[in-house]
Amino acid sequence: MQTYIEKIREIAARLLKEETVEMVIGFQEGTIPMISPPMSVRTVEDVEQLTWSSHCCINLANYLTDTKGKVAVFAKGCDCRSIVNHIAEGKVQREDVVIIGVPCHGMMERHTIISLFGEEIEEVVEEDDGTVTVRGKGREEKYQRSDLMRQNCRVCVHRNPVLYDELVGDLVEVPADIRRHEEVEKIEALGTDERWEFFEDLIATCIRCYACRDSCPTCYCPTCFVDEAQPQWVGKGDEEPDVMTFHILRAFHTAGRCTDCGACVSSCPMGIDMRAFTKKLEKDCLDLWDWEAGQTADERPALETFQPSDPEDNFK
Amino acid sequence: MLTHIGIEPERLQFSWISSAESTKFIDVVTEVTEAVRKVGPNTKLVKNMVREP
Repeated sequence: MQTYIEKIREIAARLLKEETVEMVIGFQEGTIPMISPPMSVRTVEDVEQLTWSSHCCINLANYLTDTKGKVAVFAKGCDCRSIVNHIAEGKVQREDVVIIGVPCHGMMERHTIISLFGEEIEEVVEEDDGTVTVRGKGREEKYQRSDLMRQNCRVCVHRNPVLYDELVGDLVEVPADIRRHEEVEKIEALGTDERWEFFEDLIATCIRCYACRDSCPTCYCPTCFVDEAQPQWVGKGDEEPDVMTFHILRAFHTAGRCTDCGACVSSCPMGIDMRAFTKKLEKDCLDLWDWEAGQTADERPALETFQPSDPEDNFK
Repeated sequence: MLTHIGIEPERLQFSWISSAESTKFIDVVTEVTEAVRKVGPNTKLVKNMVREP
């Protein structure tokens, strides 16, 4: 991790010094443990604030749209695919962005650590040997990093950046035995009413803060459908039909575009795994059209195009 | 997506009918109505629903 941080600062300083870019987008140390907020750096002096950890869960592609001038961004595998997505959708011009790829070892799930430790956490320290030390209230616990990984990182098969100008480290190897859709398959195996109950329970604690929407790089509509008043597509309260409608539509808007970066889950204050919605769409796109979001900017996204050979099994 | 989250598949039907295919339209509407009648009134995603005790 330390080598990553040094390399990140070195690259950022060089790009700013040579005036290749006007701004570098990366992560900084947060004031709360286990949260690394994004930051933009414009001067060489501020480069020392840039960092890297297993809590860099947010997708930095989200901050690339509507920026002025040339910008450099540090991108994990999923962030990188979201940038490719932005390029394909015309939100970002390739020549305006310098992509610094960060081969990813997976990020840790804050909510898992909180529930395992059970008390207020003051500090989380990672060692290079894969152990994680959690401290709080005079107590100290050690965990294995592999046990604390986010679920989307566990099933991730795109850990290396797909498009980059330079890299901060060697490309990582992806295990061959990943069952990437195991969560969806579990839900698919349930009956109709059981599935409904599963999703009812899933969103029961949702407070409609829209953090999932705001942290999502694919959600960039000037006015979101939930904020629109004329017509008002969906009620604003916490009644189940409204909350469910929000989640169904939010997920559907990401169909064929979601890279399963997990920013929505990581930013959720209630720890809801709304990937249960989006992962199904990702699986469908792969099964039906052999499409994976953000792999290339040269092809049109799955829901934007059609072929006469497209499956039509659901049409009567 | 809707069937995945537990909406009955009978309620979700897609068809492509030209404005000239009036008989197909009748057939499809009849089929859909029958299928939906079989599964009964919808209880999911319904607001202010009076739940039977």
